[in-house]
Amino acid sequence: MAKNKTVATANPTKPTAGQPVASKPAKSTKEDRTYDAIVVGGGHNGLVNAAYLAKAGLRTLVLERRHIVGGAAITEELRPGFSFTTFSYALSLFRPDIVAELDLVRHGFMPLLMPSTFCPMENGDYLLLGPDHGANLQEIARHSRRDADAYNRFEHDLGKVLQAFKPLMDNPAPNLFSDDPDETLALAELAGRVKALPKDVLHNALRLLTGSAADFLDDYFESEILKAFMASSATVGTKVGPRSAGSGLVLLFLSLGEHDGAMGTWSFHKGGNGGFTQVLARAARTLGADIRLEAPVSSVITSGGRATGVALEDGTEFYAPVVVSSLDPRRTFTELVDPRELPTDLVDAIRRYRFQGVSSKVNFALSGLPQYPALPGRDDHYRGFVNIAPSVDYVERAFDEAKYGWYSTRPYLDTCIQSVVDPDMAPPGQHVMSCFTQYTPYELRGSDWDAERDHLGANVQATLESFFPGFGDLVLQREVVTPLDIERVAGLSEGNIYHGELFLPQLFSFRPAPGYADHRTPIEGYYQCGSGTHPGGCVTGAPGKLAAQRILGDRARARRDV
Amino acid sequence: MPIRRTPFHERTAALNETGLWSHWSGHLAVERYQLSEKAEYVSVRNAAGLFDVSPLFKYWFSGRGAERFLAGVMARDPRGLRPGEAHYALWCDDRGFLIEDGVLLRHSEQEFVLTAAEPNLAYFEDLVGPRDRVVIEDVSPEWAVLALQGPRSRGLLTGLDERIGRLAYFGHGPATIGGHEVNVSRTGFTGDLGYEIWCRAEGALDVWDAVWAATRGNGVVPFGLQALYMTRIEAGLLLLDVDFANSRFAWTDADRATPIELGLGWALRDVPTTDRAFIGRDALRGKMRDGSSRFRTTGIVVDRTDWRRHHDAAGLVPEFDHRAVHGEQYLYDDAGEQLGYVTSFMYSPVLQQHIGIARVPVSLAAPGNRLFLEYPVSHRYVHLAATTARLPHFNPQRKTA
Repeated sequence: MAKNKTVATANPTKPTAGQPVASKPAKSTKEDRTYDAIVVGGGHNGLVNAAYLAKAGLRTLVLERRHIVGGAAITEELRPGFSFTTFSYALSLFRPDIVAELDLVRHGFMPLLMPSTFCPMENGDYLLLGPDHGANLQEIARHSRRDADAYNRFEHDLGKVLQAFKPLMDNPAPNLFSDDPDETLALAELAGRVKALPKDVLHNALRLLTGSAADFLDDYFESEILKAFMASSATVGTKVGPRSAGSGLVLLFLSLGEHDGAMGTWSFHKGGNGGFTQVLARAARTLGADIRLEAPVSSVITSGGRATGVALEDGTEFYAPVVVSSLDPRRTFTELVDPRELPTDLVDAIRRYRFQGVSSKVNFALSGLPQYPALPGRDDHYRGFVNIAPSVDYVERAFDEAKYGWYSTRPYLDTCIQSVVDPDMAPPGQHVMSCFTQYTPYELRGSDWDAERDHLGANVQATLESFFPGFGDLVLQREVVTPLDIERVAGLSEGNIYHGELFLPQLFSFRPAPGYADHRTPIEGYYQCGSGTHPGGCVTGAPGKLAAQRILGDRARARRDV
Repeated sequence: MPIRRTPFHERTAALNETGLWSHWSGHLAVERYQLSEKAEYVSVRNAAGLFDVSPLFKYWFSGRGAERFLAGVMARDPRGLRPGEAHYALWCDDRGFLIEDGVLLRHSEQEFVLTAAEPNLAYFEDLVGPRDRVVIEDVSPEWAVLALQGPRSRGLLTGLDERIGRLAYFGHGPATIGGHEVNVSRTGFTGDLGYEIWCRAEGALDVWDAVWAATRGNGVVPFGLQALYMTRIEAGLLLLDVDFANSRFAWTDADRATPIELGLGWALRDVPTTDRAFIGRDALRGKMRDGSSRFRTTGIVVDRTDWRRHHDAAGLVPEFDHRAVHGEQYLYDDAGEQLGYVTSFMYSPVLQQHIGIARVPVSLAAPGNRLFLEYPVSHRYVHLAATTARLPHFNPQRKTA
């Protein structure tokens, strides 16, 4: 039982009122281990879900396998004074409504502006975008005068599509296969919204949903570095190259967020994304949720086709009429429950569901800032993403290797030196650097990640060295997080950062499976709230909230029916 | 006649990447150093920022009768100040309307220094009576003032002189920075943990250089007026000619306001009982007694859902503009009757809300009262749901800890 104690988590940002710190004694009687709702997994969606359930008055328990909450959104001090964002590293798609409804500012929510985006080029030049729109157009014109106003057209066209798609992030996906009049109505409303779209907006949406990012961008730009910057971001976390169908959708999806209303922009949360999930944990606790750490759930207990609780790996059982899995669909449907209890079409769909993670993280502790030869003595280009993707060809070639079961010799890197914006993440003058790395397919042909881990780290470091001569001399520590590590540590199947690919057949009314996108499961009382449910991956909080709304709606309906 | 430059100009000009300058009290003052004032603001709230406060007017009061003189002029009693202490000071006319506010620092039994936004030397000198033993000097150009504001300010300045680390909120004292004897006060206009370094103009660049060197690698940047305005609205700190007018130069009483109406009553606790005769005492006492204030100054917060809803309905992407709006906007009840008005407004990135400083009927001044803000959305005014809120909007523990 000692393993299941509630442990007060370290607070990397600032002390906030309302965070209980005292450990509660392990519960023993069955009554003590009975709740209104149990959430399996303390990642951001599990915490959001629990917070909403607790806010509605449900006695809610979160069971987290590890010693910290946050799932794949954690910050760890791997070296004294250096805070590493082990996995997830920036914020954009988190739903603003949740910030308000859970009163997150009171608990320390603090997204920090990233004022720049820096894209080094192989010839030593660069593209440096900043917070001044006019200055950005001049910088783009330095690479192509034509692209300066094309950039305005692109932002406007994309903005119109984003405006049309945003409501999908905050509302349930209609069930296309249900006779429920509510679902029919929801579908009719959706059809009405689609029909109301201007011709060009609908057409652009279709091109993005079905086509490649490179094709879409070619319609606007001729500058290679500008296209490469946008096309590379359109592959993040996904087994597509910039010229693959499907990358347009990723471009669209990853632009659906905002920072203080600015569409498609990202921020660093204070203390990294681990600082952010600590905020969620404080909010959930303040609203009354219990969070138990080092409490790995082995299975959901079912009785007569309905969920009645969960069993931990050590055999301890907790009971509740509502059990919510925030784990990915494979774990939700094939590990926590016996798939033989489930309809065959669901099990088949989950078996077909693509994970195939292709991303890794390489994190560095640095003794100083890297130097870019064309910008000597400056550091204002390090206040946001540093995007290592000098051309579309570069990214496509990096992808080529992944198609054949190997990792990129020259990887695409989405890096950031977060300590420039948040100096609390490293000692004065020293830095932490997060390098999202692609492509690194989960399944390697003829080797495995335990054998290749160091070589991947060396690859990434050598790539950085080629753009920032002397980079290696700054490295104090290097952490390599392969897809296998993401799976082992954060529990994401095959290391897919989104709980499954953001492919069109795995989104919206089809996420995670056709007819099972309403956050319920065929087992009564068993719900799903992870990123493998609508609207999908990234730190959005939306699956957690939508699932909570579904649960609360079902409870209200059940009470009415009694 | 060229506009004046502050003693730090050589440094601030070199750092001003935007070329944007304002004129503040006849001095060049940086609007923003970087392309983004929001980035400067984030640095102040998350690390620390440097701000050149030199254009403030500074008056040196000395002599055996300095305390007695100030006690007769200032609405807030300065007699409680000990050497090494400072407080927020305000002075009123004989009808109890606010003239100006500033910070009053006591240096010794017989020496005080007062900051002011506007010239006040003649006003103060004309109040000196034949029996007053006070000398008033305008020391504005002789003293340069450099503010370091934000959570890292204490640690960084303590590294320069450990005495600074012992200063209490609104305390001040001597320190040595850049080889010069300076005075450091734990004061500022950002509502955050912060300090102001008072140095002789001749030593200003040395002081700047020492502070600059000590703050490298800590995320400290210089910040301009635009970021300052953002922080001061969050801090609920009133700005002359924005949130109140100098009663000496206001055309009508509608433009004048008493400290009580401005929410500054906390500085006047002794007024009902004091035997201290000061300008405006009887008028203020009367207003306190009969409750004849016309309005109260309070915070307002705009409902986020309503903000998004109105923009969505108009087909617009809701904007969250952090820039300070210094201008009136009007507040209504649900029947469309005007209740009051907002004098300062912004979207606060730290609070994730649109906030304002507003004047509302006394009956609505308590936090949580509902009213509506008139705001233009898509070329027409809509009424956005808002609630009254306590000032300051942002009040971190570190400010006074």
